[in-house]
Amino acid sequence: MFAKSLSMSLMLSELRVMFTRRRTWAMLAAIALIPILLALAVALTAEELAPGEGPPFLSQVTQNGLFTGFTATLLALPLFLPLTIAVVAGDTIAGEASLGTLRYLLIAPVGRLRLLVVKYIGTVVFALAATFTLMIAGIIIGSILFPIGPVTLLSGDQISLAESVWRMAVVAFYTTVSMTGILAIGLFISTLTTVPVGAMAATVVLTGVSQILDNLPQLSWLHEWLFTHYWLDFADILRQPIELGSFASNALLQLGYVAVFGALAYSRFSTKDILS
Amino acid sequence: MIQGQELAISTSSLTKQFGSQKAVSGISLSVPRGSVFGFLGPNGSGKTTTIRMLLGLADASEGEIELLGHPIPKQLEQALPKIGALVEGPAFYPYMSGRNNLIRIDSADRFSEAKTRKQRVDAALERVGLSNASKKKVHAYSLGMKQRLGLANALLKPREILILDEPTNGLDPQGTREVRNLIRSLAAEGITIFVSSHLLSEIEQLCSHLAVMTAGKIVAQGNIQELRNESQTRLVLKSDRIDELVDVLKGQGLSKISLKSDHVVVPVPTEFDVATLNQLLVKKKFMISEIRLEQPSLEEYFVNLTGEGFEVVR
Repeated sequence: MFAKSLSMSLMLSELRVMFTRRRTWAMLAAIALIPILLALAVALTAEELAPGEGPPFLSQVTQNGLFTGFTATLLALPLFLPLTIAVVAGDTIAGEASLGTLRYLLIAPVGRLRLLVVKYIGTVVFALAATFTLMIAGIIIGSILFPIGPVTLLSGDQISLAESVWRMAVVAFYTTVSMTGILAIGLFISTLTTVPVGAMAATVVLTGVSQILDNLPQLSWLHEWLFTHYWLDFADILRQPIELGSFASNALLQLGYVAVFGALAYSRFSTKDILS
Repeated sequence: MIQGQELAISTSSLTKQFGSQKAVSGISLSVPRGSVFGFLGPNGSGKTTTIRMLLGLADASEGEIELLGHPIPKQLEQALPKIGALVEGPAFYPYMSGRNNLIRIDSADRFSEAKTRKQRVDAALERVGLSNASKKKVHAYSLGMKQRLGLANALLKPREILILDEPTNGLDPQGTREVRNLIRSLAAEGITIFVSSHLLSEIEQLCSHLAVMTAGKIVAQGNIQELRNESQTRLVLKSDRIDELVDVLKGQGLSKISLKSDHVVVPVPTEFDVATLNQLLVKKKFMISEIRLEQPSLEEYFVNLTGEGFEVVR
């Protein structure tokens, strides 16, 4: 219990460091801009989209503002969200190393495994903040610019307002889970270098590669192993009854990535000479 | 070397190899408890690498380390809470205040008590004279202020050893003097202080013990008084008829006489009898304008060991 409470104070300190940085807030603000720009663009062009044109859900936005959050999440997933995620994940160890604070944390002593775990959980908290920012900003701007009401699901059923807010939270949570794999990859890369920008860039590149491979039909055997494979599959959550099959396979796959890259990060970091 | 005393830090044949180069090659340090131990060497001699190994930041390629009786890195976690350190300059989060930086690092220490944290942080800030700037963000600090904050970080808890790597780097003369006084007062409390520097003048005034490192090796180590005595006493003589003088000195069994334009310098035993020599020379009608024994300064001794000049040795 004693040890637990002490780790808690390190966890809180980690979050305080992350959220005193202006960069963190700038990234969240930029994320919030996505649904806002999207809603404004839709509202300002009176032109009706034919169903199926543009990104999924876009045509629904004008009828029901609640769809803004879903649509924005879809738009942010391939590039923008992973970009901010990579910044945070790539910064974990490499950022501390480049500041030189890593050596002072280690001689505090923080314990290398404990530091890795706290750093990782910190990045997951950021992912949670980012995905909920997308959703919440979407709901707010959507309810300002468009009518809101009961949502018609992909299965044709209607659900109440309260139920749909709950579903949106599940989608945000699904997206957070989708990010845990790339966060672990970023953490591992971050232990390899003292240049945070390098770790960030490498993480983004891997996300791009994974998405490209996922689009090559010749590699279909590989697809279900790619950490980006289930990213867009949250549509199942918008059916009645709710289908959690893709949620489960996604969670399992991400867990696998967390285990593998977490172990790699630990084996690298626990024996690394800290020379920065 | 130093025996019959409890050692705060000891290493035996400690080596660190980077590729083909030995940054530290087989050094054996013996730092007695309660000493102020100066770790002297030119830039690039391997001092910081040694300190990194002592603190478990880097693994030794060979050799053993003990801190306060704990083998390192095996019992690193037991040893580190008793040690405060400043390694290769201070490092902080620039976007946080000085005080929050210390709170952050103290929260990382799993052995430190959360209840007393703020109180300890404020006491450490007070001790290094930073209380008034504690709420300022670190990026607005001068180098000297960062250095002080680094010292405050080392003093967050009662320590048994302080390892200070170049603690007066970047400080003005006033700040240097304050740091020196701080080190003295900490030493008076019985804390073992291991302080590295490339400046002898800094160490000479503070330390009871000294180790000199150059090109990865320890070339001298021990009590500062003993080291002083080890250096060769010299006789300086200024006179007319210098060539004849040299012959006379040779006749007295002295060798290695070096001839300068108007004087000679000769290494002699410590208890050399100057008066008798003077009498002899006067008898031989030399016009002596200067005759004295000279103890080389520690500075000269240091330069002798490490080599002069601006070149990086390797």
